[in-house]
Amino acid sequence: MIIGIALFVFPFIYEDRSMLILFTQIFIFAIFAMSYDILLGFTGIVSFGHAMFFGIGAYCVSVMLKHHEPTMLLVTGAISLGVLFSLIISFVVGLMTLRLKSHYYAMLTLALAGLFLVAAEKWRTLTYGNDGFTFQVPEFFHDRLHFYLVCLVLMVIVYFGLKRFIQSPLGRILLAIKDNEQRAESLGYQVLHYKIIASIVAGGIASLSGSLYALSLRFVNTSVFTMDITLDALLMTIIGGVGTLIGPVLGAAIIELAHHWLTGLAKVHWIFERWLILFGIVYILAVMFFPNGIVGSVRKLVSKKEKKEDVSTSENIVKEG
Amino acid sequence: MVAILETKNLGITFGTHQAVQDVSFSVEKNEFKSIIGPNGAGKTTLFNLLSGQLKPTKGEIYLKGQQITGSSVVERTRLGIGRSFQITNVFPNLTVLENVRLAVQSQAKLRYQAFTHYRSYQKFEEKALHWLHVALLDHKENTLAINLAHGEKRKLEMAMLLALEPELLLLDEPTAGMSLEDVPAILQVIKKIKEEGDKTILLIEHKMDMIMDLSDRIMVLFNGKLLAEGTPREIMDNELVQSAYLGGLYDEFTSQS
Ligand SMILES: Nc1ncnc2c1ncn2[C@@H]1O[C@H](COP(=O)(O)OP(=O)(O)O)[C@@H](O)[C@H]1O
Ligand SMILES: [Mg+2]
Repeated sequence: MIIGIALFVFPFIYEDRSMLILFTQIFIFAIFAMSYDILLGFTGIVSFGHAMFFGIGAYCVSVMLKHHEPTMLLVTGAISLGVLFSLIISFVVGLMTLRLKSHYYAMLTLALAGLFLVAAEKWRTLTYGNDGFTFQVPEFFHDRLHFYLVCLVLMVIVYFGLKRFIQSPLGRILLAIKDNEQRAESLGYQVLHYKIIASIVAGGIASLSGSLYALSLRFVNTSVFTMDITLDALLMTIIGGVGTLIGPVLGAAIIELAHHWLTGLAKVHWIFERWLILFGIVYILAVMFFPNGIVGSVRKLVSKKEKKEDVSTSENIVKEG
Repeated sequence: MVAILETKNLGITFGTHQAVQDVSFSVEKNEFKSIIGPNGAGKTTLFNLLSGQLKPTKGEIYLKGQQITGSSVVERTRLGIGRSFQITNVFPNLTVLENVRLAVQSQAKLRYQAFTHYRSYQKFEEKALHWLHVALLDHKENTLAINLAHGEKRKLEMAMLLALEPELLLLDEPTAGMSLEDVPAILQVIKKIKEEGDKTILLIEHKMDMIMDLSDRIMVLFNGKLLAEGTPREIMDNELVQSAYLGGLYDEFTSQS
């Protein structure tokens, strides 16, 4: 809470453009990682194609702004259109693929995201392929501070919106499905419906983050559809803490900050340029030693301490989220 | 009397092994029927066929006259078939209360509500606590299911089944693996459900003495086939059962499995 307020005030006190951009980036990826965690952490769906929806959001906004006068209304419309597209596509994809066993599903999402990447590269008249294109953003966003605040507000809204979502009766069923799919079925819950609902919600929000990402760069190319984007989400979620909402936010901050500093260090030694390799190592270590991520590990510590005083507090681990 | 459940020539084959063969039987409304038979006789497999976890390779199943052979697990649950599992099957990383609350929520048909807070349905929690109390699992509601002792997991399984309030209960060895002092209490719970008189119960048990006074009727399953059916008295006196199940064959069978 305090951090939240601090984030609102921070840019007014400390005016550093590159910090502002970095934090905006964090908010955007926090939104994206939270959407991924709805799949991975709350429903137990492993998707390798989440970039698909990120890319749809990014291109929707970029193409619209390229071809029309950039107004706030248009931006809002374009974002909504992207979300709508993603809702439809995630519904169709979910309907087709979520029946499959989880590893087949993971592979199929990988292939589908690849399909979008190829399509974006081939459809040059619209996307200019890998070279990408720049576009104008509305006047209001010329001030980086405005954009910072918009992203922050959206992140907070998404956070609380998803929090309510996962604490709803439906959200509790998602957790149950993650824990034991067959049992959820024999309680009378139609598992496929819930998986589709989760992937629709995740797809829509991922699209929102993609749109914001493109707006922040004022540029788009096919990289928004690449595996790197999905891996970022995976990394952020796992390092921060799967199955919590604050975890992905924290993970986004860590990854983005580390990325920023490591790129800075690239002048010192070339190894820092290959930051993805470093993250690969960090990732493996994290999975080995902190399978619950930062948030999960902290909670475990706290609940262990409480346990000494009161035996029956282990529920904290699941209750919050 | 109306048959609530009926099977016709029900069978399933795993590869070449016929786990259940040509089983035809019917259960009347509010009847208490037990299924006995040695390990590997096909009792659990028969339950899997009835609850929809497995699809039969042969035969039909009817619930209240309606064919349900092809229905899914979800559909059958919603039609009123509830089951407990021999090998404990709960939500390990959720609390005991949440395990039962999910069953209550399903029973209340609250399946797609995504906007309210789940705790605003206080009734669900109260009901869940009630079922935990009935299943003799008081004061454990905040424990994660994974941390329960084996016998407690069996009780949780029971509470989840009761919370679904099914018309037809399929109980698969509910006392298996329980500590001896808990067994009478769980039998007491089953007895209580029976005495309320509005539930149909199918109970699998391979300890014969336990079910003699509980059951209206008993079926004996042996090598996937229905060997005999009758009142407890009749089963006791049945020579085939004597020789196959209670006699030498039984020992031979259990010692190999
Ligand atoms: N899914 C399955 N695949 C292959 N064989 C199975 C399967 N389920 C059960 N069986 C076999 O069917 C037989 C009956 O098993 P089961 O129904 O569990 O017996 P019971 O519950 O009477 O002890 C056993 O020989 C078992 O190995
Ligand atoms: Mg069995």
